[in-house]
Amino acid sequence: MLELSDVTVTFPGATAVDRVDLRVEEGSVLAVLGPSGCGKSTLLRAVAGLEPITSGSIRWQGRDLRGVATHERGFALMFQDGQLFAQASVADNIGYPLRLRGRGRRERAGRVAELLELVGLGGYADRRPATLSGGEQQRVALARSLAADPALLLLDEPLSSLDRALRDRLAGDLREILTATGTTALLVTHDHDEAFTVADRMAVMLDGRIAQEGDAVQVWRHPVSREVASFVGYDTILEPTSTERRSWLPPASPGVAGRGPGAHPASSAVALRRSALRVDPEGELRGVVRRVVTVSDALHLEVDVEGVGRMPVLAADRGPEVGDDVRLAVDPRGVAHLPE
Amino acid sequence: MRRAPGLALGLAALVPIAFLAVFFVLPVSGMLARGLWPEGRLDLSGVPEVLGRARTLRVLTFTLVSSLAGTVVTLLLGLPVAFVLYRLRFPGRGLLRAVVVMPFVLPTVVVGVMFRSLLAPGGPLGGLDLDGTWVPILLAFVFFNLAVVVRTVGGLWEGLDRRAEESAATLGAGPWQVWRTVTLPALAPGIISAATLVFLFCSTAFGVVLTLGGLRYGTVETEIYLLTVQFLDLQGAAVLSLLQLLAVVAMLALAARTRTRREQTLRRVGARAAARRPRRDDIPALAATALAVAFVLLPVGTLVVRSLRVGPGWGLEHYRALTDPDATAALRVSVTEAMANSLRTAVDATVLAMVLGLTVAVVVSRRPRSPRWARTVSVLDGAFMLPLGISAVTVGFGFLITLDRPPLDLRTSPILVPIAQAMVALPLVVRTLAPVLRSVDPRQREAAATLGAGPWRAAWTAEAPVLARPVLAATGFAFAVSLGEFGATSFLARPDRPTVPVVIYQLISRPGADHLGMALAASVLLALVTVVVMGVVERLRVGSVGAF
Repeated sequence: MLELSDVTVTFPGATAVDRVDLRVEEGSVLAVLGPSGCGKSTLLRAVAGLEPITSGSIRWQGRDLRGVATHERGFALMFQDGQLFAQASVADNIGYPLRLRGRGRRERAGRVAELLELVGLGGYADRRPATLSGGEQQRVALARSLAADPALLLLDEPLSSLDRALRDRLAGDLREILTATGTTALLVTHDHDEAFTVADRMAVMLDGRIAQEGDAVQVWRHPVSREVASFVGYDTILEPTSTERRSWLPPASPGVAGRGPGAHPASSAVALRRSALRVDPEGELRGVVRRVVTVSDALHLEVDVEGVGRMPVLAADRGPEVGDDVRLAVDPRGVAHLPE
Repeated sequence: MRRAPGLALGLAALVPIAFLAVFFVLPVSGMLARGLWPEGRLDLSGVPEVLGRARTLRVLTFTLVSSLAGTVVTLLLGLPVAFVLYRLRFPGRGLLRAVVVMPFVLPTVVVGVMFRSLLAPGGPLGGLDLDGTWVPILLAFVFFNLAVVVRTVGGLWEGLDRRAEESAATLGAGPWQVWRTVTLPALAPGIISAATLVFLFCSTAFGVVLTLGGLRYGTVETEIYLLTVQFLDLQGAAVLSLLQLLAVVAMLALAARTRTRREQTLRRVGARAAARRPRRDDIPALAATALAVAFVLLPVGTLVVRSLRVGPGWGLEHYRALTDPDATAALRVSVTEAMANSLRTAVDATVLAMVLGLTVAVVVSRRPRSPRWARTVSVLDGAFMLPLGISAVTVGFGFLITLDRPPLDLRTSPILVPIAQAMVALPLVVRTLAPVLRSVDPRQREAAATLGAGPWRAAWTAEAPVLARPVLAATGFAFAVSLGEFGATSFLARPDRPTVPVVIYQLISRPGADHLGMALAASVLLALVTVVVMGVVERLRVGSVGAF
């Protein structure tokens, strides 16, 4: 188990990581999610031993890692841009950690072939990194990290340099590979979908501090603050008010700190995803369409909702046009009540 | 990661630092002490006296004016050449680049001999009656430093993204406005850096000025030589050396500032724009390039032709005389034997310069986190540039007066010459290797470390592959520089073991057509060896040679 307690990393004139406590259980994947500049990469580098920590402790299996050099920690770090060795072939890149451990040529070749199959690049052994696409390079980097047989795999925005479609597919692949190999992993990313796909647990890091940590679904559904909510994909926040009608909102669910079941919704702030409101002839809310944007598999609308105001709304294709009156239904999975 | 290798790196840095201290700081300060502490106490009373001399004023003025003129003319000629050789694509471009770069490594004495034979009465341009004026010095400056401008600015220009110019053109900027508002600002760091270096090289030139200036024209560097050797005025020499030192430090600081700016710029550009074919409106630039190539080849051709001239006819007699130890009373050994000395010395100097230079390059390419260590590293970086600008005469004479007693009695030792030459080559080695090492993403080392590689192994994995060719190139460069070194060698080479540049200088100092003929033949030989070495380097196509 990896245990970070009270870890602080300061640079001249700035505190990048501020008293962070985190745990990663063996065999699980923790995603640290945060905007760029929140200190999450520094945190990862501190765990790898590439960044000295100012105070606090990082422990692995109960042993304090202070003073243990990077190459002695047994944690492989996969960089955002792969950092493959350009002069070496794909096979030599993947075989590099095996060569460091003095494994024989035959054993190396066998393991490299296995890993190439695992990441779906069988037959790529003799290629040069420069001839690979971005996605292929990241797969090779993953295989190389796995070849080190790391006690803990550290992933620094592993998919961020890839385009959307590839990212979605690779996130799924990554999840499968990590599960299949039983790898313990710490992932940092700014993409909440990626974090949700790959990780079991999620920690949202803002301004050097952990703002919320928990089971991935828990964080996804029940953000504890406006900042966390907006970072995990809730794009609208309704401030608490006593005048608006809020009966259309689903009741706050149990399990949210400080909130009993069915507490009056109007007294707290509410965060909504775009998917919270959908055009539905059976819906309880009414509004007038003000703007329509077509995306690949849906319509994004802006609707003046009666008694609420201008809201983003989702519609299936061939939906309404600007100026139409529409009825809207509420999807409780897109609504989160924020504790004060 | 940080403790043990940091310490090892610090220890590794001690070797070149010790070398710099013993073989540079000690001789230079010994030389200064001789002049400023004559009887064991500081005596600055001579400073205003030396600076007030009419002769000093004349020398300073000439140094300043000729260096400035040399810099301006080199820039004016070098910019169009850089454009043509790095921005246009045409057959033979590689050959032309090699031709333009060649003069930079030619031995200074050889360059002096070339321009003399070109402009002397009876030479191809003898009719211009320029022999003995300041013009040959200026021409030699331009000849020498054209390579600096072309390589520094050309290297930058080649990597410049053409789209910035294109977008300015689509916004309505004419060709002149594009040049002034987009291209020139982008090239400015390279131009400033090149100009600084050219000025530095011109103002500290020794061999060419000594061979071309005669007694009428002298720079600070030749004046230090004359004061030391002929007038034994060590006080005057010390004052001028100190003045030169201060000026050089100021120049290097300026160059360093533009250099860091430039490295940042280059990192941002990244994308390589493809060179295009020449068009009609490139004709002025192409004409300037043709002029530059002719300007480089004319003295070289003259040198070769005149070395074959024997009396009224033609022949190889001057070359035959090179192997004869009794060819002239001016020399104690044959020129071929001097060539053997030169090669041996240059090999020793090259090995020394490479070992030290590689160590320095590794140390100064690291970016320590703590501001104090970062500052130490950048000071170290600058310190190893100093030999570039300090009078080689000061160093050479300093060797003689400081390394003459136990525990360091090296005055009669043959290793003194290679050490002095290594000192001169060291900055060029560092400047060739350090930018390459700095260009390696530090995360490559980190990636290797997280996969289980120790610090040395990680550095080897990340840096050795990219360093292989630059190391070869720097070796060739160091070898060529050592082979042609004249300023310090002229002091240190023992009379029975001279190097070729020393022999050439001895030959041209003697009257008589035979002496001149032999000097020309020896120059051709030395130039040939140097150009072959550099030709090999150029074939390696290492972009960073001469990128300061």
